[in-house]
Amino acid sequence: MGSRTRDNPLAALAGLAGLLVAASVALIFFYVPTDADQGFSQRIFYIHVPVALTAYAFFAWGAWKALRHLWKREPGADLESYVAIHQGVIFGVLTLLTGSLWAKISWGHWWLWSESQLVLFLVLFLFYGAYFMLRYSVEPGPARANMCAVYALFGVVLIPISFLAIRLANQLIHPVVFTLQGPQMSGSMFFTFCVSLAAMLTLAATLFHVELAGKRLDSRLRELRELLA
Amino acid sequence: MLAVTAAEKYVAAAYGIVFLVVLVYVLIIALKLGRLERELDELTGRIRQRREAEARRREQVPVG
Repeated sequence: MGSRTRDNPLAALAGLAGLLVAASVALIFFYVPTDADQGFSQRIFYIHVPVALTAYAFFAWGAWKALRHLWKREPGADLESYVAIHQGVIFGVLTLLTGSLWAKISWGHWWLWSESQLVLFLVLFLFYGAYFMLRYSVEPGPARANMCAVYALFGVVLIPISFLAIRLANQLIHPVVFTLQGPQMSGSMFFTFCVSLAAMLTLAATLFHVELAGKRLDSRLRELRELLA
Repeated sequence: MLAVTAAEKYVAAAYGIVFLVVLVYVLIIALKLGRLERELDELTGRIRQRREAEARRREQVPVG
């Protein structure tokens, strides 16, 4: 099995993701202490924040690949940018759903329009959701790849705005855990958070590579079909 | 019966949603891979048929 996973990095990545997910679930439910202020519901933090950071990371990765496409004309960068944004949108949906559940139990509301971080994340999510409308309304080819790359690059501007919104707005409802003074939590909580973040990032990276391999295979099969026609 | 608090229900829902979405995503990818496999089988069959037809044509060409 060892040599098989060495030959197939994707299998190794999937195995690592499985291990990290299992470890994070064990830490969240059997190791980390219950928060004195929010109680048991604070455990949503260990999934909500890593999922949100993973969404940001994939939007940023999609923008980076879009830049590589426009700048270096890197082959396959357009497809990688598209798959990264697709992952970002999936994790964006999860961020909104887990965030809503946490908001309901903590604040008594599913959604608060007065919270700038929530609204800005929704704007970011809708912006990248519209990316697919653009992509599927234009015929495949270099023009579509260029348009999508420019669009993906515009969206990346929203990431730091969304991330910093809560700090700039200085509102008190949405909690701020990571400040300039460091993480505002105990060592065991921070350790659990780091493991959860690593688990979510490796899980998303695995899904990204699986989807990318499928898309590449699909495009090669299409080429083969055209050659045989 | 085990008493479940509201907080526990919400935490279970949050983790359950993530698990469910990942599961659905993997299912969709598995279905797509199944479709690709069928397409690959079809293309392989077509190439095989062409080769057989070509070999038959060569056998039928009169020598001299």
